[in-house]
Amino acid sequence: MSRARADEEEYWHSSKFRAFTFDDEDDELSQLKESKRAVNSLRDIVDDDDDDLEKVSWSGDPVGSISWSIKETASSSTSSLESRDSSLQKGYSSYSAFPKQASSYSLSSLFKGRNKLPSFQSLSDALSDTGVKNYAPELRRPKAEYKDYSSDWSPKDTVRRMQRGKVCSLERFRSLQDKLVLLDEAVAGHDGNIITAVLIFLKRTLRKEILFQELEVRQVALCHLIHFLKETGEQKLLLDLLRFLDRTEEVALSQYREHLNIQDVEKRREFLKGCIGLPFSAEDTSHVQDHYTLLERQIIIEANDRHLETAGQSEIFRKYPRKASILNMPLVTTLFYSCFYHYTEAEGTFSSPTNLKKTFKIPDKQYVLTALAARAKLRAWNDVDALFTTKNWLGYTKKKAPIGFHRVVEILQRNNAPVQVLQEYVRLVEDVETQLNLATKYKCHDVVIDTYRDLKDRIQLAAYRCKVERGSAEEEKIDSILNNTQIRWKN
Amino acid sequence: MAAHLSSGRVNLTALREAGRRELREFLDKCAGSKAIVWDEYLTGPFGLIAQYSLLKEHEVEKMFTLKPGRLPQADVKNIIFFVRPKLELMDIITDNVLREDRGRSPQRDFHILFVPRRSLLCEQWLKEQGVLGSFIHREQYSLDLIPFDGDLLSMESESAFKECYLESDQTSLYHAAKGLMTLQALYGTIPQIFGKGECARHVANMMIRMKREFPGSQNSIFPVFDTLLLLDRNVDLLTPLATQLTYEGLIDEIYGIQNTYVKLPPEKFAPKKQGEGGKDLPTEPKKLQLNSAEELYAEIRDKNFNAVGSVLSKKAKIISAAFEERHHAKTVGEIKQFVSQLPHMQAARSSLANHTSIAELIKDITTSEDFFDNLTVEQEFMSGIDTDKVNNYIEDCIAQKHPLIKILRLVCLQSVCNSGLKQKVLDHYKKEIIQTYGYEHILTLNNLEKAGLLKSQTSGRNNYPTIRKTLRLWMDDVNEQNPNDISYVYSGYAPLSVRLAQLLARPGWRSIEEVLKMLPGPHFEERQQLPTGLQKKRQHGENRVTLVFFLGGVTYAEIAALRFLSQMEDGGTEYVIATTKLINGTSWIKSLMEKLEPAPF
Repeated sequence: MSRARADEEEYWHSSKFRAFTFDDEDDELSQLKESKRAVNSLRDIVDDDDDDLEKVSWSGDPVGSISWSIKETASSSTSSLESRDSSLQKGYSSYSAFPKQASSYSLSSLFKGRNKLPSFQSLSDALSDTGVKNYAPELRRPKAEYKDYSSDWSPKDTVRRMQRGKVCSLERFRSLQDKLVLLDEAVAGHDGNIITAVLIFLKRTLRKEILFQELEVRQVALCHLIHFLKETGEQKLLLDLLRFLDRTEEVALSQYREHLNIQDVEKRREFLKGCIGLPFSAEDTSHVQDHYTLLERQIIIEANDRHLETAGQSEIFRKYPRKASILNMPLVTTLFYSCFYHYTEAEGTFSSPTNLKKTFKIPDKQYVLTALAARAKLRAWNDVDALFTTKNWLGYTKKKAPIGFHRVVEILQRNNAPVQVLQEYVRLVEDVETQLNLATKYKCHDVVIDTYRDLKDRIQLAAYRCKVERGSAEEEKIDSILNNTQIRWKN
Repeated sequence: MAAHLSSGRVNLTALREAGRRELREFLDKCAGSKAIVWDEYLTGPFGLIAQYSLLKEHEVEKMFTLKPGRLPQADVKNIIFFVRPKLELMDIITDNVLREDRGRSPQRDFHILFVPRRSLLCEQWLKEQGVLGSFIHREQYSLDLIPFDGDLLSMESESAFKECYLESDQTSLYHAAKGLMTLQALYGTIPQIFGKGECARHVANMMIRMKREFPGSQNSIFPVFDTLLLLDRNVDLLTPLATQLTYEGLIDEIYGIQNTYVKLPPEKFAPKKQGEGGKDLPTEPKKLQLNSAEELYAEIRDKNFNAVGSVLSKKAKIISAAFEERHHAKTVGEIKQFVSQLPHMQAARSSLANHTSIAELIKDITTSEDFFDNLTVEQEFMSGIDTDKVNNYIEDCIAQKHPLIKILRLVCLQSVCNSGLKQKVLDHYKKEIIQTYGYEHILTLNNLEKAGLLKSQTSGRNNYPTIRKTLRLWMDDVNEQNPNDISYVYSGYAPLSVRLAQLLARPGWRSIEEVLKMLPGPHFEERQQLPTGLQKKRQHGENRVTLVFFLGGVTYAEIAALRFLSQMEDGGTEYVIATTKLINGTSWIKSLMEKLEPAPF
């Protein structure tokens, strides 16, 4: 995976950007090692008990932290908790040692603090029943909870009361006018919670058409309703609303999203078929069409291959049993699958790679990459060879790779191709420097030697001699070249 | 436990104390023994406010994680649900309550504590399920801004960006305004408010309105903050997309920091004691808390990662030398002196060991070929090179099926750095993505377009070069070891958001009017009147304190850049940072993706 170090440096020095690495001059690498060594040597000196540090339980959570305690209290009885008391106590004592006078406020008292500051009491507060603290008891009477204490709160006061977490009845806002004022007040307060609450009320008490119409001129409220409908899964009303607003593309996407919730493939396919006619953007239309076609194909291929696999007749399935079903896989994965299991099939079959390529207009580059990876995995080197061989009209063969041969080499290497195969493609890399780099990296000795010879680089060739095995054919080859008096070395 | 909160210019312990008090008050309302059923998401943020000891002190005997089914047997008087106001959680609670054995005696009482706000929608939902009446107390716990460190507050609201910019739902902005009101109640009215962006405008409006409507918040506290700067995340969509290169930023990018905790692969932390022959190799991830309470971490967290190694090595030498002292301790007094320092030295050594291990883990990644390649492309885009055509590296990554989020980060970065992509380029990327990762990602791509992260260049004009040059976003000569500019946090790129803050302090935004107009949303200034007695007479040489509130999220690298500005000798301004959520490019993009897997129940 990683390039040779010399190679890396080369790469970075030639680049106009600074490499992000420990600076080589300072040799931070060794500095890290140094601090590591120091740390390790110190272990022997001192006892390793980190008593003074935070206590850490087996799971690595500090003892006393909430997430630790959940596991602990959930799994153990109270008695085992007792035994841990000492450590918890410790955490506690350190807490209580902390000065408490820092603040006498609690978060809510900051805003509920009217009792302390009577001068700020507003009219509505004076009218209101009691202080906030007494609110809890009234909750004990669930029946009374939607009952109001005063029946003539203005829309503004109602919104304010709701903001303070009080329950208000909205039912008394009967006229459309009142309801809209209420909504506008809620929007002005920016509290999404209240806006949504008012919207729920309006949704229940207004005709759909009227609600939609009014929301069209109230964008903020509209967004909240859309979000709310998505959240609660009221798909039908949502689509009605979007259609009313003429946001057709959103309708289409929102409907298309539904396919994710359909597990059954047949049903999913049917659903996608229904999506094709939806008003997507031109581009998405073709994507959705392709999505449908792909799933349709996958269903056919899956049925066929599962049959082949269980029958045990087909060698490829016996040798390489499938790890997963091909259903719902992306297009490129499907192409890989088909190049792996169905490479030689005629174009007429649904599962043949060429058919997939044609149907989905897969670009050459992508096709070659995928086919190469699949055939290399099977070590079918002849197929690999054929992939890059083209014949011109005179019948001459020529090697051509739309992805560049350096990429071919990398893919082959990743699939553990033998050196003989690898070097054949290394030779085809056009740029000499890249070729040399790849050849060195993947130990294609012949290519390296020939290249240095062609470059008439005696020094490099001599230096390379110590990288090949002693007494090997490569060494012999280097020696014979170095001894060749015919070559005019450049150095 | 919370000493680090008082280390900064503003003592945030007061905020934490207020939170603890509120919690105690609520717990005491439910008299008798209690069990808490936790919405798991909340345990992290709550952990920053209170430990189990506080709960136990108020008769909390058991704690469970919220899940469907029957509640565990626990002999307690009260069952309290601590939950976010989410409908799917209400369904679980309903299930719990309906399965409760009515015949058991004594019966258990149910309560709900909504965090941070009661939701009428949720209560309505519970009512429709016929269980609303089962709850005796239904209250809210306004945990808006949670103190993370001496200069850092977060609301930890995961979906805030999505809600604000995708769904136009302003609820999280309302909570932000509420949080700011709380801060003002504790630390005084902030006399000056600046802002940039639609959401910033909303929050400022709400604050002014709330101040009018809650006269109780008019207080007589001497103001601690001089200025509030509200910034929309969508004013600077670029910064979070780039890979953070500070120590803390990289820990977050690679391992993800949650509520100041990070989980790390355990191998590097295995104790190497003699005679223990590695039989008990830990398999659970190592969990560490990261905040300024740890001296060493406070020193290195904001440094460029390239400058971390030398600090660690220097520390190692100092500690080694300190331990060597023991040989020179001859008299009883000297030995005693040495022994008394041992605990501190042990802590320092253990801290050094941890961070050496973490640095090694990170270095393995930052020296990988792929990290290099990715960074090169990012830096090319940010400095304005080849942003208008299909990028080879991105194509390669798609072909090799690298994680989709990585691809999306790069494509969005390219789009932002080009003020939108050419239609042909955009279509090409989109096609490659959905063919390789699945057609259903049409939905995610649509979300990214709606949020403005991905778009086609409609106006035909690329503003980014002008913005880059005017705000000096790309610095060619960056010094990572001894930085002289904020651009060190991304090894060349100066975060736009922080540049705006810097320029506001000096020389003021008037100098960049033209660029401000190119960025989305209005920019504005408001003043809040202070009673005459509270107006500040600044001592000579005293720094101003500015609260920068990032609406939609902030990255650790941006925080580092602001801390760098705070520490500049002639800076004149110290910064406290608040945000709706601590993010990185990955968590941010993830929050915008469609949830593609079906709900777990």
